[in-house]
Amino acid sequence: MTREEILSELKAVISPYTTNKEMLAGIDDQTDLIKDLKINSANLVDIIIDAEAKYDIEIDYDSADKMVNVGTCIDVISEKLKEKI
Amino acid sequence: MSKRVVVTGMGIVSPNGIGIPAFLHAIQNGISGIKFMPRYQELNFSCQVAGMPAFDWESLKNKNYISEVTFHGLKGTNIGYGVAAALDAWADSGMAYETDEPRWETGCVFGNSIADTEAMKNVIARVDNKEARKLGSRVVEQAMNSGVTSYVSGRLGLGNKVLTNSAACATGTQAILMGYEYVKHGYAKRMLVGSAEHVDTYVYGAFDSMRVLSRKYNDAPEKASRPMSITAGGFVPGSGSAALILEDLDYALERGARIYAEVLGGSSNSGGQRQGGTMTAANSTGVIRCIHEAMATSGVSADQIDLISGHLTATNADRQEIQNWTEALNRAGDDFPLTNSLKSMIGHSLSAAGSIETVASILQIVHGFVHPNINFEDPNPEITNLVSLDKLPVKMIKKEVNIVAKANFGFGDVNSCLILSKYK
Repeated sequence: MTREEILSELKAVISPYTTNKEMLAGIDDQTDLIKDLKINSANLVDIIIDAEAKYDIEIDYDSADKMVNVGTCIDVISEKLKEKI
Repeated sequence: MSKRVVVTGMGIVSPNGIGIPAFLHAIQNGISGIKFMPRYQELNFSCQVAGMPAFDWESLKNKNYISEVTFHGLKGTNIGYGVAAALDAWADSGMAYETDEPRWETGCVFGNSIADTEAMKNVIARVDNKEARKLGSRVVEQAMNSGVTSYVSGRLGLGNKVLTNSAACATGTQAILMGYEYVKHGYAKRMLVGSAEHVDTYVYGAFDSMRVLSRKYNDAPEKASRPMSITAGGFVPGSGSAALILEDLDYALERGARIYAEVLGGSSNSGGQRQGGTMTAANSTGVIRCIHEAMATSGVSADQIDLISGHLTATNADRQEIQNWTEALNRAGDDFPLTNSLKSMIGHSLSAAGSIETVASILQIVHGFVHPNINFEDPNPEITNLVSLDKLPVKMIKKEVNIVAKANFGFGDVNSCLILSKYK
């Protein structure tokens, strides 16, 4: 799965947790989940749980800590997807 | 220096009407909100009817009560009811939802008896299935007793005292009394008060097992709640919420707020589960003291009371309640005040009963009427021996109502009584 494919799916995963839909449409690797998308820090957990369910992966505590912007989210998801294979 | 406290806004989610205009229409016309519940039949409950508001869950998001993000993951029915009633009351009071600064002058007392257990079922299943890590961030805020208060105060930026009370069926009146006391003593300029209840199947089932619910009218739901009648065979559980905005009179006048009524005073006490009082029965001495104290703090004498909005749940406690009122007011027979029970129309919504019935009381003051007692075609003679039948109206009476005594009594032998007045 390419980074572009994950990015496009990630938008759907993040969508319920941000009211800033305009910015969500144009996110890139640098977009910060809390600062730019104004996501409540408690909701990061929900995004991780939803991503786990979507890709049937398990994101451990250390990996989850890295998921602060869109780029690192994609990094972690692709890494976990590779481990699965 | 004690302040006068007035009501400047009201919101309601009731089994027989959502929003003040619908609710007013329902109580003037004796419209029942009790419905047959197919699910309760499947569960083999003896009582299979309930007062359940026809609440549009999506309206929480669509009508801007809460954001889409907050809506996503909201499961607690009581929270939905409470937020809708509280925000409606706020808007009714002529104020905007949005604020950047906390509203330091405004606090909140909102009560409930239990969080939505049905919504927690998924939590229990996940934990038992060793999947606690999948629960997510939204469970704790909805499971905590202060769930409703937290959602309401967060949405409106309330920055004064924010607390959650719980006193079983006396919760709603007690919440209003507490808010009244904070404003009266100058601790807050404004208090958003009320209560919310969702009687989920688990709580309902536990009451069913106590054999205190109406069980003979499953095929005629609208007749199931029969306070003061000879066929009163138990109460009908109800759900809903009501909220009121209480304000320091001067503060309300300064901003040109519309004033519905004045809270003159009230009392909350317990019978101590002594002298006949138990976990589930009221000590009459405690009840009478509570009513006396409410009148004393309000500066109102018994002969000034135009209307009693009773607790009157449709159990065998109704007769004792009427007797307690006759002793507390020293008024009986033809001299007894007009008395009604909203529960005849909507059932007993436990913690929410007090706030819903207070809104009904204030509407009767504002619009000059006494709502009917429905399902009262067969009065209990032990009650009509104490008070004249025409004091328990079965049709709406149009008349000026100046002072209402609103009381509720709850498990744990707790009592609350408010004295409400036309604003003059």
